[in-house]
Amino acid sequence: MPNMSLKKNEMPSQDPNVRNKNFKEVALGYTKEQAMDEAARCLNCKNKPCVTGCPVQIDIPTFVQHVAAGDFEAAYEVIAKSSALPAVCGRVCPQESQCEGKCVRGIKGEPVAIGRLERFVADYHNENCTEKPVKPESNGHKVAIIGSGPSGLTCAGDLAKKGYDVTIFEALHLAGGVLVYGIPEFRLPKAIVQKEIDGLKDLGVKVETNMVIGKVLSIDELIEEYGFEAVFIGSGAGLPRFMNIPGENLKGVYSANEFLTRVNLMKAYKDDSATPIMKAKKVAVVGGGNVAMDAARSAKRLGAEEVYIVYRRS
Amino acid sequence: MYKILRRKELNPTVTLLDIEAPLIAKKAEPGQFIILRVDSEGERIPLTIADYDREAGWVRIIFQIVGGTTEKLNHLKEGDFINDFVGPLGVPTHVDGLKKVAVVGGGVGCAIAFPIAKKLHNMGAEVHSVVGFRNKDLVILEDDFAAVSDKMMMTDDGSHGTKGLVTNALKELIESGEKYDEVIVIGPLIMMKFVCALTKEYGVKTTVSMNPIMIDGTGMCGGCRLTVGGETKFACVDGPDFDGHLVDFDEALERGSMYKPFERHAHEEACNLFAKEVQ
Repeated sequence: MPNMSLKKNEMPSQDPNVRNKNFKEVALGYTKEQAMDEAARCLNCKNKPCVTGCPVQIDIPTFVQHVAAGDFEAAYEVIAKSSALPAVCGRVCPQESQCEGKCVRGIKGEPVAIGRLERFVADYHNENCTEKPVKPESNGHKVAIIGSGPSGLTCAGDLAKKGYDVTIFEALHLAGGVLVYGIPEFRLPKAIVQKEIDGLKDLGVKVETNMVIGKVLSIDELIEEYGFEAVFIGSGAGLPRFMNIPGENLKGVYSANEFLTRVNLMKAYKDDSATPIMKAKKVAVVGGGNVAMDAARSAKRLGAEEVYIVYRRS
Repeated sequence: MYKILRRKELNPTVTLLDIEAPLIAKKAEPGQFIILRVDSEGERIPLTIADYDREAGWVRIIFQIVGGTTEKLNHLKEGDFINDFVGPLGVPTHVDGLKKVAVVGGGVGCAIAFPIAKKLHNMGAEVHSVVGFRNKDLVILEDDFAAVSDKMMMTDDGSHGTKGLVTNALKELIESGEKYDEVIVIGPLIMMKFVCALTKEYGVKTTVSMNPIMIDGTGMCGGCRLTVGGETKFACVDGPDFDGHLVDFDEALERGSMYKPFERHAHEEACNLFAKEVQ
């Protein structure tokens, strides 16, 4: 008999008045019991609308059933078949508009907390599984991936599992793309990202940092001189757009990318960081999406007394 | 990790390093820059490429000690390693078709001006270089400039070469009838601003090399933005060279001072740290 509670199991989290002063992760994750109780809310319905809402079509009901039965490793195996980054996706995917947005339980009450369950399963695996993944047999084909953000890492994982010889080229000094320069520590700890990247390395994926493809090597050179047969370009969302309004180049005006890169990749949130950052008492953030929230929350944690979100819609 | 092949102190505050970076050396062109991180906790700083050897596989950087990072960099020895070294970034200085050029360098900016003068010289262009320093102790690359150009040495206090500013010398050259296709000027912002004011009067096309605060160097962060001809440009991908008559220098000066207190603090802290190590 499924758990017919209309509400999701709450995920334990840091107290608001504590977490607004530190950069540690806000959400703390389910316990085994909470995860099993939440998984029991899934009706295991036949047409699986959640799967159609998932960009990589994870077999969600099957993994959730394994969680309900307490077999977390089996759940991990199901997720790993479709997703290279479960610990990351369980934290930062917009589940409300994807899998959970389609969940039948969401019609009356709250949907099954699929994201929280994915996170639980991935964290459980990372904590308890000491076996390294088996390196697939090489098929002898070389693929270059430009950019080590979510798309590059996913592509690398999928190809490596099929036996391709994969090399990722990253422009920055650290792999992870927006996962390390953009998304703050309190929403996605960098150790989690590193763990996922290490997992790809165990599968045989090579990562070359400090390589700005197009400058240091061209795609033609990758193919003709280095023997890559295919190139995947996952170079990211690109340049920040400014609004062309007076004063936007004044001292103290940051693009979100610069502010977040200083805070996250360059660790300006740490007291002993070599990276300077402006710690303002009063901050306005223009915009209302995920990035704006990341910037506003980071500013608050850097010590701002007042943070305003300025948004053009209601 | 990138090995330091050669280290030379050019004056008490300016040091030259040749870094082993064969892939970058293969592609580098005058006017481009690299970004480095001294160690795994360090900040990223952009430095313009001062020279390179494609066969030997090294890239030369010349830097002035201004903050904690350059202080740390200055304490590395030959054979030591730099954690990160990425490039070549930015657009190379445009030199095609130039027949007669005045290259103006100020202080450590001469390190960047030199490879451009050399390239122009090797192309067969007539090069006049006007290099300025505060005093004779700070002079760098004098012989190098002499080898590739007709050189005018200026010092603020007259302790070496002619007393005066680079603008005095450039004005004299232009007034004496020298007709330049272009003036290329690299140095402190304030110097570039005044050179541009001068060349604008005489209608001589002028290129400046901007060196604003930068993080990624690939156009991602926008920290290095400048106003050029009323538009926002990124020095890292649109530059670092720009038409000097269009650059808003006052804004660039203001933005450049954003972290001044932090830099001074980091520099003093680094100095104290090394002082302690010596004791």
